[in-house]
Amino acid sequence: MSLGTLYGLIAIGYTMVYGILRLINFAHADVMMMSTYFAFFGISMFALPWWVAAIIAMILTALLGIMIDQGAYRPLRRAPRISALITAIGVSFLLENLGLVIFGSRPRAFFRPEIFRPVWQFGEIHVLSLSVYTICITAVLLVFVYIIIYRTRIGMAMRAISRDMQTVPLMGVDLNRVIAFTFGMGSALAAAGGILWAMKYPQIEPLMGIFPGLKAFVAAVLGGIGNVFGAVIGGFILGVTEILLVAFFPEFSGYRDALAFLLLILVLLFRPTGIMGEVLPE
Amino acid sequence: MLVVENLSVNYGGVRALRGVSLKVDQGQICTLIGSNGAGKSTTVRAISGQIKGMGGSIISGCITFEDQAITTIPVHHIARLGVVQVPEGRRVFPNLTVRENLFMGGYNRSRDSGFASDIEHIFSLFPRLKERYNQLGGTLSGGERQMLAIGRAIMAKPKLIMMDEPSLGLAPNVVDEVFDIIQDINSAGTTILLIEQNAMAALSVSDYGYVLETGEIRMEGPGKELLDDERVINAYLG
Ligand SMILES: Nc1ncnc2c1ncn2[C@@H]1O[C@H](COP(=O)(O)OP(=O)(O)OP(=O)(O)O)[C@@H](O)[C@H]1O
Ligand SMILES: [Mg+2]
Repeated sequence: MSLGTLYGLIAIGYTMVYGILRLINFAHADVMMMSTYFAFFGISMFALPWWVAAIIAMILTALLGIMIDQGAYRPLRRAPRISALITAIGVSFLLENLGLVIFGSRPRAFFRPEIFRPVWQFGEIHVLSLSVYTICITAVLLVFVYIIIYRTRIGMAMRAISRDMQTVPLMGVDLNRVIAFTFGMGSALAAAGGILWAMKYPQIEPLMGIFPGLKAFVAAVLGGIGNVFGAVIGGFILGVTEILLVAFFPEFSGYRDALAFLLLILVLLFRPTGIMGEVLPE
Repeated sequence: MLVVENLSVNYGGVRALRGVSLKVDQGQICTLIGSNGAGKSTTVRAISGQIKGMGGSIISGCITFEDQAITTIPVHHIARLGVVQVPEGRRVFPNLTVRENLFMGGYNRSRDSGFASDIEHIFSLFPRLKERYNQLGGTLSGGERQMLAIGRAIMAKPKLIMMDEPSLGLAPNVVDEVFDIIQDINSAGTTILLIEQNAMAALSVSDYGYVLETGEIRMEGPGKELLDDERVINAYLG
């Protein structure tokens, strides 16, 4: 379950950017990786309390997301979509290799704070408190996301842009600010997901973003890409199926990563718009 | 108020406008008529700043609004100066409610008492929108969408509203309603640039009119005079 919510958190960033720019931001997974290093250095070098480090990492990651958009994607807004897509792949490689150069390829042990360590027992079931907290933190973040998208001015503009990007500037809205905000918000959520991920599997390395990123992407497609709450549901479904596979068919547990792609293929074949996806008139 | 001088637009080889000049004075209803493909929408898009951002298009000429050159400034800045467009095909946001569509129009305004009273004013103009306050824009009828698009433009408190074919696809009684509203808005102090193919209705409410043909202004004059002009009668009123 907590695994699913993590996929969901990361998937929101994919889906929000796709909803607005129709761009699959391949760099998103690597942005998430960077966030774990921000938190890592916050804790290890600056001796910050873990939650302060996490919040600072979320802010830095948001800024990184905005910088990537402004630096790499903004010049291509009017270019064919494929150029932005290729650029996204390039940015992804850039971040991964930058990570390898700066942080080294050696995995580093991530810190799991005291309160996330106890194992709680509910009847027969033992759960790590981190898993329970992960679900709670995600729920709180989702409430924020809901409020921003449905109750604020900028959220209204985001929804309007997702359907009619040409008309929104006629309302005096600075498109670029809304897009930057979207990248910032998606990246901050990926940071939250990434840091919780790093606490769950407490080691980080520059290529760690790839698998969670791919699965979050599958979650986003599963839920209907462009739909924020679909992304969470997609993440949830993916996480639960994965855990069930491992629990009931331990002999197949080596295939858990393949499962995501199987699901992706099935969704694309039978319901390309995903579970909650709207059929977009193109 | 608005001056367009020698405006030319090229869409990757297609010459949509060739040296169009026109002028809209404060307080006027000014009309631009012309048949399909004459370049009417291109003209309003150029004024709103939407052409320069399009790939492959070339724009030249000079557009000034209240003595400020707006030819090269971004779309959202032009809107904030008070030049607001009601686009062709209404372009109501289908996934936003009626209320949110109106709020989008007043995006940069503070939500003060003036904002609330403008919403009330729009509902007094268009009672049907009030009944559909929380309905999604995409579920409205064509006439309702046109009213919402006009209401949305009013929410911006514009100095100049440019309406691109507001009567298109509407039933005759709704067309009359829309033209009445346009006159109301104008008498409340907003200048209007009306784009129409419905030359009869448009010219009869207009102070001044221009006739656009294949990217060039062919005729101009006070609305009533154009209505009596033989060439206009033959080409557009026949
Ligand atoms: N985005 C575009 N790319 C290429 N050509 C275009 C584009 N938009 C318009 N044109 C061309 O420019 C010319 C003028 O088009 P415009 O839309 O301004 O006409 P209009 O007078 O508004 O017509 P209508 O009454 O049909 O709305 C047409 O020949 C059209 O094909
Ligand atoms: Mg047109």
